[in-house]
Amino acid sequence: MADARRVISVIVINEASVLSRVTDLFSGRGYNIESLTVAPVPDSKYSRLTIVTSGSIRVSEQIVKQLHKLIPVLKVYEHADLVEKEMALVKFPANESLSDISALAAAYNGSIVNVGDETIIVMIADEPKRVSNFLNLVRRYHPKEVVRSGSVALER
Amino acid sequence: MQISGAQMVIEALIAEGVDTVFGYPGGAIMNVYDEIYKQDGFEHILTRHEQAAVHAAEGYAKVSGKVGVAMITSGPGFTNAVTGLADAYMDSIPLVVISGQVPMSLIGTDAFQEIDAVGISRSCTKHNYLVTDASELPRILKEAFYIAASGRPGPVHVDIPKDVTAQIAEFDYSKPIELETYKPTIKGNSRQVKKAVDAIINAKRPLFYLGGGIINSNASEEVRHFVKMTGIPAVETFMARGTLRCDDELLISMLGMHGSYAANMAMSETDLVIALGARFDDRVTGKLSEFAKNADIIHVDIDPASISKLVNAHYPIVGDVKGVVIAMMELIADKVNTSRYEPWLETIANFEKLHPLSYQEEEGVIKPQWVIERIGELLGDNANISTDVGQHQMWAAQFYPFTRARQFISSGGLGTMGFGFPAAMGVKRADMDRVSINITGDGSILMNIQELMTAVENKLPVINVILNNQYLGMVRQWQTLFYDKRHSSTDLSAGQPNFTMLVESFGGVGYEVTTKEEFDAALKDAVEKDVVALINVSVARLENVMPMVPSGGSLFNMMLASKEK
Repeated sequence: MADARRVISVIVINEASVLSRVTDLFSGRGYNIESLTVAPVPDSKYSRLTIVTSGSIRVSEQIVKQLHKLIPVLKVYEHADLVEKEMALVKFPANESLSDISALAAAYNGSIVNVGDETIIVMIADEPKRVSNFLNLVRRYHPKEVVRSGSVALER
Repeated sequence: MQISGAQMVIEALIAEGVDTVFGYPGGAIMNVYDEIYKQDGFEHILTRHEQAAVHAAEGYAKVSGKVGVAMITSGPGFTNAVTGLADAYMDSIPLVVISGQVPMSLIGTDAFQEIDAVGISRSCTKHNYLVTDASELPRILKEAFYIAASGRPGPVHVDIPKDVTAQIAEFDYSKPIELETYKPTIKGNSRQVKKAVDAIINAKRPLFYLGGGIINSNASEEVRHFVKMTGIPAVETFMARGTLRCDDELLISMLGMHGSYAANMAMSETDLVIALGARFDDRVTGKLSEFAKNADIIHVDIDPASISKLVNAHYPIVGDVKGVVIAMMELIADKVNTSRYEPWLETIANFEKLHPLSYQEEEGVIKPQWVIERIGELLGDNANISTDVGQHQMWAAQFYPFTRARQFISSGGLGTMGFGFPAAMGVKRADMDRVSINITGDGSILMNIQELMTAVENKLPVINVILNNQYLGMVRQWQTLFYDKRHSSTDLSAGQPNFTMLVESFGGVGYEVTTKEEFDAALKDAVEKDVVALINVSVARLENVMPMVPSGGSLFNMMLASKEK
């Protein structure tokens, strides 16, 4: 079974060093992290991590089991049928075609979120693949800086 | 009651029923040592190195089945203890290791003897804590003991800053543990158990693959019954030695890299592996794609991550071995027709006849295997056997006549040279009525030799039997076999201490042995005198541990004997 992209959600107790426990596990056992996002789960003592990784079924099963062995981990699930979104911020020189950029951003659930004297900043939020597409498309407008958030995901 | 953090540590240890703490004081843990001085609820044994404190706690834990406790200071005290933590982690030994830390106000300032201890221990403990407020201590210590001993056991490290041990807070140890994120599965899924039992009933060439989890689960009695009742033959892992009696007709032997020919062949030809608390370690399986190739696999383990990690299990059962074995026995009752295994048992008997576990005696020199067998003949069930790491360790596992669980104490997963002597002190402390033997080599013994002082001072009469071949023998064996006899840094013939003078300078007794008669006399004398001893046995220099499955080779492809001159 070839290495496939995997999205894993981990619910952990929001306490000191819990993120290190998770990332140490990945580095210590030779698993790859493509992206990782963390934020508190509202109105609870938990945080949610969304980890994008890759590996065979056996590897991803091991990752899930090993994560579950960590004491502060409440739940781990690998998503099969999910809605996955990622955000990106892109900074362009203000002398590029604002209307073109704005139209493109709109096609990717985005808009211009900041206009300065020399630069504008565009935000988009879409599936990770489409975020990559967008970043490819806008190369011709000479982006000065790009930042991607990493994925967040919910099971359907 | 309102007490200091240091007092809380004492109260918690006493509440947990701890009777022995192995440790070494230092600046950051002094508040706790001050309270140790004032109490008489447990005994503190001062080792002469922090690594030895943790190994002693491991030996104590392995023999008693209780949680072992070690205490150390910050910085170098802690880093010295890391090998012990890693060793306990690999071999699933329940420990609570308490370290001092610099005061909270100094953490992160590169203070004297400061090191990020929980950062280091994270990857070699089951869990760890940095205590930031004394009011947290009762909960944390209670959790630490619970986590160490439950599920798949392991070491838990608690790091306590010096100001936290001085801080006064409320101590209430009666509050129940609430760990909603940690709930080990104890009872095996009954549908899975039923399916596994059906597979056992239908198998033609089944084989028990017994692992160290049986010993952690205190299930050796149940497993002995199960094996007897089904009439199915069994192999043991290194960690499981003693689960079955050595004279059990259904016990083939140890399997793996230095397993017996029959054990490895049985594993290669079985049609159903019944793995109980074993983890398919690479030293057991050899080449994975060839391991038990013709078999379905039942895998019972308390750790879900051990199941299908390396070898796919057809019948995975997550649960405590003891309960699962009892459930299996109830279902199987009289449904197994033991006579159907006769051809299979005959096949195995033929393997055993073809290449039994043996060695060649030679005139005028003691063979190391003979020493192991001889200790077995002289002491047998009356000794607990610890070992260091190397050839002597494998010979001990192959040739000692084990008769009970918790009789064999050795560093399996991590392979820690220097483990044996301090572990044997912990063993003695936990089981004063039996002789505590450490079988060691002339390489390993020097890795924690300073513990002679601990053993003499605390009257822990450990008898160290050095199988002295003046080599780092196991590495020398690999160099001989795989590196064209280039014995790089393994010849110790020009680097031998006078072992007798060494041990006698500490107040123990030394014996120099070159003949079998001298060995008998030395061992008998040491046992009779009940002293800390080094028995330095000159053994055949170039003996190899055989059979051997070369690293990464298939189990059925063993080297059987090699004559070396």
